[in-house]
Amino acid sequence: MSEPTPGTGVAPLTPVLTRRWLSPRSWSLRTYEQLEGYSALRRALGAHPDQLIQLIKDSGLRGRGGAGFPTGMKWGFIPQGDGKPHYLVINADEGEPGTCKDIPLMMADPHSLIEGVIITAYAIRANFAAIYVRGEVLHCIRRLNAAVRDAREAGYLGKDILGSGFDLDVVVHAGAGAYICGEETALLDSLEGRRGQPRLKPPFPATAGLYASPTVVNNVETIASVPYIVNGGSDWFRTMGRDRSPGPKIYSISGHVERPGQYEAPMGTTLRQLLELAGGMKDGVPLKFWTPGGSSTPLFTSEHLDVPLDFEGASEAGSMLGTTAVQVFNETVSVPWAVMKWTEFYKHESCGKCTPCREGTYWLAQTLQRMVRGEGTESDIDTLLDVCDNILGRSFCALGDGAVSPITSGIKYFKHEFLELCEKNRTGKADRSADAALAGAH
Amino acid sequence: MTIQHDKPGTPQGPSGPEPTGSPFDELTDERARQLVARYPVARSALLPLLHLVQSVEGHVSQAGIEFCARHLDLSAAEVSAVATFYTMYKRKPCGEHLVSVCTNTLCAALGGDDIYARLRGELGVGHEETAGEPGTPGSVTLEHAECLAACDLGPVLQVNYEYFDNQTPDSASELVSRLRAGERPEPTRGAPLTDFRQAELQLAGFFEGRDSDVEAPSTAPETVRGARIAAEKGWTAPAMPDEAELPPVPEKK
Ligand SMILES: Cc1cc2nc3c(=O)[nH]c(=O)nc-3n(C[C@H](O)[C@H](O)[C@H](O)COP(=O)(O)O)c2cc1C
Ligand code: SF4
Ligand code: FES
Repeated sequence: MSEPTPGTGVAPLTPVLTRRWLSPRSWSLRTYEQLEGYSALRRALGAHPDQLIQLIKDSGLRGRGGAGFPTGMKWGFIPQGDGKPHYLVINADEGEPGTCKDIPLMMADPHSLIEGVIITAYAIRANFAAIYVRGEVLHCIRRLNAAVRDAREAGYLGKDILGSGFDLDVVVHAGAGAYICGEETALLDSLEGRRGQPRLKPPFPATAGLYASPTVVNNVETIASVPYIVNGGSDWFRTMGRDRSPGPKIYSISGHVERPGQYEAPMGTTLRQLLELAGGMKDGVPLKFWTPGGSSTPLFTSEHLDVPLDFEGASEAGSMLGTTAVQVFNETVSVPWAVMKWTEFYKHESCGKCTPCREGTYWLAQTLQRMVRGEGTESDIDTLLDVCDNILGRSFCALGDGAVSPITSGIKYFKHEFLELCEKNRTGKADRSADAALAGAH
Repeated sequence: MTIQHDKPGTPQGPSGPEPTGSPFDELTDERARQLVARYPVARSALLPLLHLVQSVEGHVSQAGIEFCARHLDLSAAEVSAVATFYTMYKRKPCGEHLVSVCTNTLCAALGGDDIYARLRGELGVGHEETAGEPGTPGSVTLEHAECLAACDLGPVLQVNYEYFDNQTPDSASELVSRLRAGERPEPTRGAPLTDFRQAELQLAGFFEGRDSDVEAPSTAPETVRGARIAAEKGWTAPAMPDEAELPPVPEKK
């Protein structure tokens, strides 16, 4: 088992967000309060809102929803004294394939999110916040609703919170099954009661978001980190992780490992270290490919075991940190098949607003299905790359870019598997025509 | 920014009586008004209203679309355009139970595709089709679903959006036959099963009489694996300082 990273003295696992998860009824207000819950809120309400924005800037906290945008900077973009209402929207739509951290967080410790919501709303001067949760997670929605109700009854929400003069209403809003609603502007349209289709940026949500007013959209894990930073300070937060990607991070390990699950470790932890914690590859069958942060992040292989999984490390190695959804696949899984499955997902979830993505994902899925059926030719590989080229950077939102990631990275590292499918097709046909020729000879 | 939407008697007001023959009773009307009042702008209530409609009808019917339209002062076409965009709004009546099998890549590689194929064969239905008479006891609607945010517990399926983790074709087959027989097996994570309509009522935000549901389990061993290892090894995050300093109020430029 790995020991503290030499020189840093930081343990291989650093439970902060997951620290309460082992406590009985960890989701209840009582447990939360017994374990320092809502102490950061009291501290925050005694501070000036701008101090809190500065604190989050100093901490280096970056968005946990995939893109890694600096959170304090995002809050700082909200125009102050503009006379408009401000809004805070929590992105709890968790739908990126492989991603499974926000839902367990909200089920196990919903008050940590709510405390983060109140502090954030106070900092950006918002009096209404919505938690947009994907609809398929009923138990999570139940826990959130109960937590909001209990927080309100305890005086943490509503009017004049803890005598501070600050008012905040929070609504838990259930989505209805559409991955694209995780994209922040599609989410805002959906929250306004429309089809969830992305908006043109600019204007960015910071100036024209919900109801055309200044809005911060942040991920669950991002906002749940805020109370700890308020209590521990920015220097404390920076004792974990790396300079440009500080803090702890929940790595969700799934697939062919002995002990899949949620592992909260310092940013920059490698797959080698994570595999060690997770008991290694299942039944010792070797690793073939993996995603560092969901299906929209280009695949890695066994060559990437020592890539530090933080924003810089993953992108320097040709992928992205994404949501730290580490999906691990062993040698038994065909890459073209996996890529086909993901592509079918993107095709289904394309919102249809722009042509490159709508038409492109359709053709990509068709082509991959044909290849996996054993009816492909080598030119199909070029077709795939061509179509990807037409989607990447040319679609209206980042779903299109995500859709091509598995395909281009799959072909980059495993082209031979695509070629073998074509080869099988050729020899299969050759066999059949040889059979026909023999049959004719009789 | 607050828009007045629930003043009785306003011309576009939703509080007029339901047309006769409407499947929506006074209680549903009252709930709809509560939903509309939750938001700074009324139209934001549309997604919850559609969940509410499904709690009554088991799908979104034309009457359901008109119900939402009336409460939000929208046209039926506007509501319909929204309802058809989202996977969870069903166009055909759903069974007593909705069984959703994750067939996204990770679950599929671990057996999710086999589970779906097995259930399809045994129920004799395809995607979004129902075995039995929709709405009657033991009727089951089957669907394949995208990643359900439980990949560490894959392959997973859900019944009425409660989780059944670490499934196999055999366990899923047994689960579904029990549902068909009118039984309600316990989810791995989530509240004791009721039915699709009750689940939709909760998604709309109404939990009356269901206080104990919140106590139902949510933690699988996988969920707390990292936390447990850390506890066993005595690994913690670095200690926080006793009194962390806040930065000074930044000077305005
Ligand atoms: C197709 C698509 C799906 C997304 N899904 C999610 C999601 O489920 N949850 C999330 O927090 N961010 C998601 N994002 C990222 C959001 O657009 C946005 O960057 C994020 O919510 C910002 O929060 P953060 O800065 O705290 O990460 C998605 C982006 C795209 C393009
Ligand atoms: S890239 Fe795809 S999901 Fe994004 S706007 Fe275009 S069609 Fe919609
Ligand atoms: S792939 Fe099935 S839950 Fe994520």
